[in-house]
Amino acid sequence: MSSVRRGLHVNLKLIKMNTRSLVSISDLSKQEITHLLDVASKFDHNPNQRLLEGRVVATLFFEPSTRTRLSFETAANRLGARVIGFSDASTSSQAKGETLKDTIMMVSNYADLIVMRHPLEGAARYASEISPVPIINAGDGANQHPTQTMLDLYTIRQTQGTLENLNITMVGDLKYGRTVHSLLEAMQFFNPTFNFVACKELQMPEQYKQFCRERGLAYHETTDFGPDIINQTDILYMTRVQRERFSDLMEYERVKNVYTLTASMLQGAKPTMRVLHPLPRVTEIAQDVDDTPWAYYFEQARNGLYARQALICRALDIQVP
Amino acid sequence: MKKKELAVAALENGTVIDHIPSSSLFKVVNLLQLEKLTGSVTIGNNLDSNRLGKKGIIKIADVEFPEDVINRIAVIAPHAVINIIHDYEVVKKHEVQLPDELNNIVRCNNPKCISNNEPMPTRFHVENRDPIVLRCHHCERTVAQSEIQLK
Ligand SMILES: [Zn+2]
Repeated sequence: MSSVRRGLHVNLKLIKMNTRSLVSISDLSKQEITHLLDVASKFDHNPNQRLLEGRVVATLFFEPSTRTRLSFETAANRLGARVIGFSDASTSSQAKGETLKDTIMMVSNYADLIVMRHPLEGAARYASEISPVPIINAGDGANQHPTQTMLDLYTIRQTQGTLENLNITMVGDLKYGRTVHSLLEAMQFFNPTFNFVACKELQMPEQYKQFCRERGLAYHETTDFGPDIINQTDILYMTRVQRERFSDLMEYERVKNVYTLTASMLQGAKPTMRVLHPLPRVTEIAQDVDDTPWAYYFEQARNGLYARQALICRALDIQVP
Repeated sequence: MKKKELAVAALENGTVIDHIPSSSLFKVVNLLQLEKLTGSVTIGNNLDSNRLGKKGIIKIADVEFPEDVINRIAVIAPHAVINIIHDYEVVKKHEVQLPDELNNIVRCNNPKCISNNEPMPTRFHVENRDPIVLRCHHCERTVAQSEIQLK
């Protein structure tokens, strides 16, 4: 059989698969989320499963993100796939003015799956509409980063034994932090109680509070970060407060210290409570927290591997034994 | 005086678009690409209106627009009324209705949206009708009625 005909056959098969793109966490139902976490747990026990032998995964990083790219490429490698791609758009044809569409169409001739990160919002959605192969969004500007949310959910379930009825405290930049927004959306299925802890400038946007009210999700909002909140918390989700969010640098200096977690603040915390952070951290978690039993952010980052393995298998419609 | 007014107003066959907010009149002209028509088009603006204060009106001879085309103007003139005229009589009259989805009509206000950086059609979902709230299908940002910009 000629290779041209075989190629055509493969392409037709992949066109059907493209409904399996993952652009936003809201693309997934509760059942799908729970199933994906079960699959991730299989990879947690045995990460080296050559289920993607002979497949090619493209990682297209139109903006650099070493951490996310390494996690995806490790996931693909441990599944036995080959990885192609670029890690910086300045070295790719994008720099020569090629449209996103042309890049996606070109790469989809070579790869069975495209993982992409792009500085423009909506880039992954658009790619998923034009691409004959599935797309996994590895971050589109300030919009979505669904694989981060899946690893957060996996970590929460792993440390608490369940996703149901948890008290989740989000601290730091709740205004611009896309990870807290996506996590909030995904947790809607599991009857959480939220505490939103942030300074006035970085409070949870109204649309997400409305989202909670419409779905009957309890939330409390405060500017005070201390034992009162921490002691009732199951998951303490810390985020980075970025200097560029402030017009007043004095205010930044003040806020930065108020929303820093130190080991001494954890003395009354539940033994099962865990501190999470999407990383990289700057000063919002003091180094002395690392050695406490509550710190879990490095394990959380490792879970990204298993969550991404599960999502790659979903995208390619591969059953995990 | 009465006679003169009638000479402009009378339309044997065609479409009258009434109750257009004055500020939106020329946007409606653009949206319907009326400048490409060769037949007679009468445009009036800043006319007194009980409902709108000042309104615009457009009379287009010998043209009827498909529903999906005429409904596009709801995004800038949500209460405009379409009159279809046959033989000097109004045979059909209805308010425009905003469709559930707007394809390639509105521009996204987010400069970091892919739709502002790639040669591609825009797509918006109508989240609320009164006041109008649109959501960009691509970047997921919302656009309020007062912020709507046509493509
Ligand atoms: Zn947009």
